[in-house]
Amino acid sequence: MFMLLINRLKTFSKGGIHPPEDKYSADKAIEILPLPANVKVPISQHIGIPAVPVVERGEHVKTGQVIAKTGGFVSANIHASASGKIAKISEEMDTSGYRRMTIMIRVDKEEEWVEGIDTSNTLVKDITFTREEILQKILEGGIVGMGGATFPSHIKLNIPRGKKADVLIINGVECEPYLTSDHRLMLEKSEELIIGIKILMKALGVERAIVGIENNKTDAISKLADLTNADSSISIAPLKVQYPQGGEKQLIKALIDREVPSGGLPIDVGTVVHNVGTTYAVYEAVQKNKPLIERIVTVTGKSIKNPSNLLVRIGTPVSDLIEAAGGLPDDTGKVISGGPMMGKAIDDLSIPVTKGTSGILILPEQESVRNKSKVCIRCSKCISVCPMGLEPFYLMTVTQRGNYEEAEENRILDCIECGSCAYICPSNRELLDYIRLGKSNVTNIIRARERV
Amino acid sequence: MNPTIITTIVSLSGMGAVAAIILYFVAQKFKVETDPRIDDVEDVLPATNCGGCGFPGCRAFAEALVKSPDISDLHCPVGGNDVMKQVGAILGAEVAEKDPYVAIVKCSGSFEHRKKTNVYDGAPNCTIASMLYGGDTGCAYGCVGLGECVDSCDFEAMYMDENTGLPVVLEDKCTACNACVKACPKDIMELWPKGRKGKRIYVACMNEEKGGVAKKNCAVACTGCEKCIDECKYDAIVIENSLSYIDGEKCKLCRKCVDVCKTHSILEINFPPPKDRPPKDRPDRKLARTKKETEKIETVDTGKSIEALPDISPNENADSSNENDKSE
Repeated sequence: MFMLLINRLKTFSKGGIHPPEDKYSADKAIEILPLPANVKVPISQHIGIPAVPVVERGEHVKTGQVIAKTGGFVSANIHASASGKIAKISEEMDTSGYRRMTIMIRVDKEEEWVEGIDTSNTLVKDITFTREEILQKILEGGIVGMGGATFPSHIKLNIPRGKKADVLIINGVECEPYLTSDHRLMLEKSEELIIGIKILMKALGVERAIVGIENNKTDAISKLADLTNADSSISIAPLKVQYPQGGEKQLIKALIDREVPSGGLPIDVGTVVHNVGTTYAVYEAVQKNKPLIERIVTVTGKSIKNPSNLLVRIGTPVSDLIEAAGGLPDDTGKVISGGPMMGKAIDDLSIPVTKGTSGILILPEQESVRNKSKVCIRCSKCISVCPMGLEPFYLMTVTQRGNYEEAEENRILDCIECGSCAYICPSNRELLDYIRLGKSNVTNIIRARERV
Repeated sequence: MNPTIITTIVSLSGMGAVAAIILYFVAQKFKVETDPRIDDVEDVLPATNCGGCGFPGCRAFAEALVKSPDISDLHCPVGGNDVMKQVGAILGAEVAEKDPYVAIVKCSGSFEHRKKTNVYDGAPNCTIASMLYGGDTGCAYGCVGLGECVDSCDFEAMYMDENTGLPVVLEDKCTACNACVKACPKDIMELWPKGRKGKRIYVACMNEEKGGVAKKNCAVACTGCEKCIDECKYDAIVIENSLSYIDGEKCKLCRKCVDVCKTHSILEINFPPPKDRPPKDRPDRKLARTKKETEKIETVDTGKSIEALPDISPNENADSSNENDKSE
């Protein structure tokens, strides 16, 4: 009977892998990390145009105050994540691996919030705002996609003319190994989450919402299912554990069996996908007036003493988080911002947590070393695991040869950079590295062509 | 002989002969007229197909040369003036003489000067590494050291120096074809006038950070102190974003800027070694000011950790160096 149930679970149809889950912090409750001495808030924490600083050095700011305004359409507001004095506005290292403009705040001992922000834990149930007001609050709150892509949320909610959404998809998949921040959020903030979903439904004007959760989070599934029992508009869908199910296109395929066309967006098939973290941030921004100034970060790893889920302010240095989880283990080989599949190694522990930091993963030395790359043995494993149906070995070869026309024809831009090909390759080839290079060059070529 | 073989040979030869006659007339009918000079010009060109002229290969360049009414703008960097003269003779047109160029490496942050801060073990490709992050040293502007320029060179004119981690250009072999310039993601390579007897002076640094930050990460970084500008009589030097740049066309190779550069980021190539060249600037002022700096440079030269240097915040350092310049 149980086997039958497992077999019936939905998933996406093409490719995918199942790496060891290693979710050590799954049963650790969210802890609030004390305010650091300084917060360093980068002005570019989202995809698109960096925000423009509106404060000056020496100025005193309150928590939640806008310190950098949107720099264009695809951009987001940046808020002070703690009250204090602006110590400097300078170029500092961030997750991009380059020095970028960052606003540093020397944090006050007594925290002072901007008036109108509700910092209590009381649940605000009634949604009294109109669609326009909701969108405005999301825009002002600087909400971006918190699953890692950090795409400004208000753009996703502004449906282009001539298109229509009929269902909202909430992404609670968290398919990356190790990470548990979304899992804990769904468990501990489930009521807020449901209200957040209703707000998003109102903003989009849809009648139906589906929350997709992988079946390794049964406690979250049953809790959310209990809460939505009475409400037929929101359904909770358990999914088979399969990476990269958290990818937008994969999740849409798994839940409603629609396929986003090559180069298209979810709205082309009548849906919009939002992460649970984003949904919670929307609840806080709309119902409590609280902008996006903090997020849940999983600090984890095989040899870390105390794997934990921390609620931290944006701009807190990564070293503070590691300290709270028991310090950096002796056998550390790499510190990764994000998960093991799509995350990025960082080379400086003073870099700040940003809106897109879902986890800090500490890999021991023997696991962090890349094995030597060997020749392709034509086993075609990369092709069978690619969730987008691409041919990774071929895309790598044409990129190495500089044949970008061929790369473009073979849909290199459809690659979602999930890393399944590089994970499965028995020859340890740097498939994704070269595909990224090819994507960047093909994008440049297309842009140049459009200009002509 | 077996009659089958004879019939086969005869019939096949007959078919061959008929086909040959048909093909001859078809070829006459659909003949494509080409200018015979294109072939002549192509024979003279070096046949390296490097693309340094801006055309996709030597044949395309030969066609362009024959078809353009004025060929004074077109130049084959590999063949140089000799080849262009021959081309001019074939076409009976004027060709402009161009000074020979050579590729230079505008980074001198070797292992010794630029300490490693992390280990990169991704794909051995400079562009991939720099898409990922600033590099395995503190300087995000300097050479990544994975040798994409060397791979791009068709003339074996470059190699990676294992002791410094920087590419080296063999100027005898370099044809200034521009391939390395296009390959480098950090824009470190540049084509430079070869100068008299191969002499040239250039700033071997790309770091645009403020002086203090730049120097903390690399002992030979340009700090943008503007001393070289003050020395230059020919307006050949500009400073933008705390980085000095010498215009190779304007530079008269007087070497004054080389002497004043505190961090030795201005390189002089193919000059005789300095014999008894006393520093020409006012020694009294310089000694009074540079006691602290001398100590610092010594620490670096002895190979001790650069981190042991007194930590100077970028603003302070930049301000103080500007003040020094003004006081002169």
